[in-house]
Amino acid sequence: MNNQKQQEQQKKYANYVKNITPTHSLPLNMAKAFLTGGLICVLGQIITNFAKAQGLDQDMAGTWCSVTLVLISVLLTGFNIYPKIGKFGGAGSLVPITGFANSVAAPAIEYKAEGQVFGIGCKIFTIAGPVILYGIMSSWAAGVIYYLLKIMGVIS
Amino acid sequence: MNKQTPARLTGSASMLFQNPVYITSCASVVGKKEGEGPLGDKFDLICEDPMFGEDTWEAAESTMQKEAASLALGKAGLTTGDIRMTFAGDLLAQTTASSFGIAGMGIPFYGLFGACSTMGESLSLGAMSIAAGYGEHILCATSSHFASAEKEFRFPLAYGNQRPLSATWTVTGSGACVLSGTPPTQEIFQKTEPLLVSDGCVQITGLTTGKLVDYGLKDSLNMGGCMAPAACDTIYQNFCDFNRTPNDYDAIFTGDLGAVGKRILLDLLAEKGYDIESIYQDCGLLIFDGETQDTHSGGSGCGCSASVLTAYILPELAKGTWNRILFVPTGALLSKTSFNEGDSIPGIAHAVVLEHTPIPS
Repeated sequence: MNNQKQQEQQKKYANYVKNITPTHSLPLNMAKAFLTGGLICVLGQIITNFAKAQGLDQDMAGTWCSVTLVLISVLLTGFNIYPKIGKFGGAGSLVPITGFANSVAAPAIEYKAEGQVFGIGCKIFTIAGPVILYGIMSSWAAGVIYYLLKIMGVIS
Repeated sequence: MNKQTPARLTGSASMLFQNPVYITSCASVVGKKEGEGPLGDKFDLICEDPMFGEDTWEAAESTMQKEAASLALGKAGLTTGDIRMTFAGDLLAQTTASSFGIAGMGIPFYGLFGACSTMGESLSLGAMSIAAGYGEHILCATSSHFASAEKEFRFPLAYGNQRPLSATWTVTGSGACVLSGTPPTQEIFQKTEPLLVSDGCVQITGLTTGKLVDYGLKDSLNMGGCMAPAACDTIYQNFCDFNRTPNDYDAIFTGDLGAVGKRILLDLLAEKGYDIESIYQDCGLLIFDGETQDTHSGGSGCGCSASVLTAYILPELAKGTWNRILFVPTGALLSKTSFNEGDSIPGIAHAVVLEHTPIPS
């Protein structure tokens, strides 16, 4: 009984705090994310087209695009410019491959002081680690589904 | 035998000092961003280099705290040998900023952790020790550093993410006070810079020890909401224990509730029948200009209340701008582990009663 009353009070307080706490404007944030993410993708397309113009095939051009974007992102992280892009663009700068590169480069810089092994080595994937783990796991699951659908003849 | 009890216990959580406790000197050291804030011209030292000449953020914070302590000692005309003990703390795990900073000065040392309320904790323990006669001079200091706190509690600095508007900005700063059983004298004033304005100085006359208050919030990026109930509880307890009302104080300062927490505190105290709006300020809102400095809800960290206290509140109090104030630093007692394990974030606040007193002749 007492416990229930306490829970109700906590809920009431949480609602009250939620009501008075200012939040970012969602439509504005989405617009900024769209713009930032879009610009990163345009840059990627430019790199791909340029690579293709140099005579590379689609796969090779795609690889060049990825590694170039990663390089740019890591450099921008090192010069402390990427956090500013992240602050403006939110998920728009987080979702593309540049965001992933940022999340790996940032801990590497921060934990360098703790040594090559226990600093950089152990902590470089503190942010990207979950993405790698669950990314691999879900692609494995998708692979199993694909395999089963193929056996059943749903897809050829 | 003329032996007085050091303090009279009042109410359930407070004490009123019978023996005088003076703040002989105080000093503040802050970073560049704090120096650009509204209180910029009041700090003793503004360090443009966020690393404070060191190789790591942790060492930078230690150096900053040590610098604040040295400045406070120098202003009081004392050396490390004159200090009987130190109460110091910070936000890092195992409070390493203090142990590598002040402890290295060779003063007997007690390390404290009260999150951002640590300045209230160290002043309370220091004042009790002075009143009880356990030392002639005692040093109280705390610090926080934006970069070491981000690293300890959040993300690496170079990681690009968005902070919610309820988030606060950890102050890079440190404040140190020397407490003494005797008032600062004009004599040392000739050579140094104690906390003495014409004939006014500052006394700690009482304190209210805070309780842990947990309203069940789990959002570590809304510390104001987590800590405001604790501040409310301590301020209310102070009013009850001392049989005082807001009219008995010329000003009430909380540590780092920020814009969100300030609003909540005013609402919670209004529910209990107290209106403190006209005399209430928050150190986190004083140190930064939220409009131009992009600090969202305000400043936070042990260094926030400590540097605002030592740079602004104490000198003004010595001048006589206010006669009696309540200084209430607030802390959110979470760790990265407790947060990840889904625990709520309890708050704590310690209240220290500070008064302007003429120097007894």
